[in-house]
Amino acid sequence: MTTAESTATKSGVKAAGGSKFTSAAASYLDERTAISGITKELGRKIFPDHWTFMLGEVAIYSLIAILLSGTFLTLFFDPTMTEVHYDGSYVPFKGVEMSAAYSSTLNISFDIRGGLLMRQVHHWAALLFVAAIGLHMLRVFFNGAFRKPRELNWVIGFVLFILAMGEGFTGYSLPDDLLSGNGLRIIDGMVKGIPLVGTWVSYLLFGGEFPGGVIVPRLYSLHILLLPAILVAALGLHLLLMVINKHTQYGGPGRTNDNVVGVPVMPNFAAKAGGFFFVVFGVIVLISTFFTINPIWNYGPYDPAPISAGTQPDWYIGFLDGALRLVPPGWEVVLWNHTYSFNILAPMIIIGIFILLVLLYPFIEIWVTGDKREHHIADRPRNAPVRTAIGAAGVSFYAVLWAAGGSDVIATHFHLTIEAVTHTLQALLILAPIIAFWITKRVCISLQKKDREVALHGYESGRMVRLPGGQYHEVHQPLDDYERWRLVDYHDYKPLMIRPGADGKIKFSQRLRAVVSRWFFEDRISPATPKELEQGGHH
Amino acid sequence: MQNRNSTAARRASGRRHPLASVALILIGLLTTGGAYALLSTTASAESSSDSSAAITEGQKLFAANCATCHGVNAAGTAEGPSLYGVGSASVDFQMGTGRMPLAFQGPQGAQKPPQFTQTQIDAVAAYIASLAPGPAVPDEKWLDGSGDAAAGLELFRINCAMCHNIAGAGGALTEGKYAPALQGVEAKYIYEAMVTGPQNMPVFSDLNLTPQDKANIISYLKFQQENASGVGGVDLGGLGPVAEGLFIWIFGLGAIVGVTIWITARPN
Repeated sequence: MTTAESTATKSGVKAAGGSKFTSAAASYLDERTAISGITKELGRKIFPDHWTFMLGEVAIYSLIAILLSGTFLTLFFDPTMTEVHYDGSYVPFKGVEMSAAYSSTLNISFDIRGGLLMRQVHHWAALLFVAAIGLHMLRVFFNGAFRKPRELNWVIGFVLFILAMGEGFTGYSLPDDLLSGNGLRIIDGMVKGIPLVGTWVSYLLFGGEFPGGVIVPRLYSLHILLLPAILVAALGLHLLLMVINKHTQYGGPGRTNDNVVGVPVMPNFAAKAGGFFFVVFGVIVLISTFFTINPIWNYGPYDPAPISAGTQPDWYIGFLDGALRLVPPGWEVVLWNHTYSFNILAPMIIIGIFILLVLLYPFIEIWVTGDKREHHIADRPRNAPVRTAIGAAGVSFYAVLWAAGGSDVIATHFHLTIEAVTHTLQALLILAPIIAFWITKRVCISLQKKDREVALHGYESGRMVRLPGGQYHEVHQPLDDYERWRLVDYHDYKPLMIRPGADGKIKFSQRLRAVVSRWFFEDRISPATPKELEQGGHH
Repeated sequence: MQNRNSTAARRASGRRHPLASVALILIGLLTTGGAYALLSTTASAESSSDSSAAITEGQKLFAANCATCHGVNAAGTAEGPSLYGVGSASVDFQMGTGRMPLAFQGPQGAQKPPQFTQTQIDAVAAYIASLAPGPAVPDEKWLDGSGDAAAGLELFRINCAMCHNIAGAGGALTEGKYAPALQGVEAKYIYEAMVTGPQNMPVFSDLNLTPQDKANIISYLKFQQENASGVGGVDLGGLGPVAEGLFIWIFGLGAIVGVTIWITARPN
């Protein structure tokens, strides 16, 4: 301060005045809210610098774009199903009878300045939101970043994913156009397929026989009030836990389970992240400017009679639609005068189990490994071959269902018969996960073997040396310690040994656990030990 | 002086101007070309005025190009249906859009560049129409797109969208058949398709959809293509959510992942 004062120029005085104001304001706030503790904690939160750690941020930034554009839309959208005669500027609908919801969506698109752009921002950002969540979840899964202490955050994140899909579906249904009405009709069918209560639930939901006159306002209150409130609260919890648990990081020299190497939030990372927000927002607005999404004026008002070829839900609901499309014909049973629609129940049960398995996977893995330690170093996917292979199997299962959701578009655009596409996908739904599991596991183990060999013997340098005895020999370039660390620093789990408990008996759960554990870890490549490394050096 | 001398010398030597031969060829070409054009227009005028000549011409074309499958008398064989009563509208549609002659026997004949001129197609149409009465090529007044687009949309939604897609982007049918996309299809062919029910399409007769209804549908499709498809930007083929989902994953998320890599890249 003294040096500053001695060299004070006019501008320097100004800066001192500015910082004086800042510090006064800061202490005013701090004395009343004790905010400095939080600021210190948050401002010094460390973010490791790797692009895969920014995918969750993409989701948050798209969510902000959704909230902003959505607020704009609520100002002009009329969420009722009152019959009106269209009186806007789109010629083919002049005087056509439609719901107020559809009419006001047309007005947003054609008669309100910036309305169409806002609608497209809202919809494109929603698609990006769910896609970014999906990619973020894959990153977390394949890095094993869901392990203790982050299992709960995985569950919260997964709930966010489900909420996002719910938000997407309710929003998709609001404009009350032909496409969204067809989507609701499928939901209605699925609800009615539930034994005993289905019909009653459907009547409750739609306020009578489908489509009724209340579904749009009901979905609207879910879409703009209940679901976003839960979503934002869960997101806050998600972020809070991320701060409390600290960030995972990729292994490397100097990076241990007890530290995080990276940059603090303040000031550089915050500036970068703020800039990144504008980039994401900019990409969304650019896409919305140049590419149409959901041209509801092409679809016309909802009417239960017509249906369009190529009716699909948005991409994130596509796997559910695909599951319905893949059911073989004739899965309906009539028992005691009641029809049981297994063509609807079977996909619902299978998808339910799939979702439950993903949700509970962290706990399943903990049970199998019996590992109660904290893990803050992200696994390289190859170093957990069975987990990576399970992930690949899950991804391919989802991908087949997803593709099935667009089976008719695949058929027309690749000049195939729709039956061939359906039958192929039916077979792939069972075969693809098995094949993906096997291939991924083999690839992981091969990569581990290669890592081990490189750690022990170094890289092949390509330099051939002829020894005095006439023998040829390739010189191997040894790794430096930093590179080697990356290759050998991972935990090697061993299959569980069955041991009798205190009462001298082996419980069934213990046996089951041993079987699963053997399946997980029987094929494994242990990292090169220091002793081996020493011997390897003598080659 | 010099110049005149050289011309005199050339005349004396009896040589032609170097461009003379080019001029001669040009004159020859113009004469034959003009005569040919004159003769051929008279020929086509003759065929349209004299329908029996067109029928004879059409019969020849039919025998050479269509009889293999449809039979020498157009009565049909195991390979192709009888053409009695399909009318000139059917011939105009099938040959005008290049669907006939078929490229190969399959679930459905695909659209391709037409193999015959309109004159030849008209001749075959006249021949087929002469065999038995059937729907004729539509009158121009139904095709100009001046009908009621709102009524057309309603009819399109109820009668056409379940196969052709609500935006006219086409859709899949069973066993490899499909409803083709309607974007960019000429009004005449849309009308003819409705009235004749080509390939896997049902017939929408004048009792079912009156000529005015058909004109309304054509007006709607025309309006939709000219005014509505580009409102929100590139329409991604009008395919709906499948195209939108692929786009956001590949280009949207792709671009953003690129940015994340760029942001976290360490300067070398």
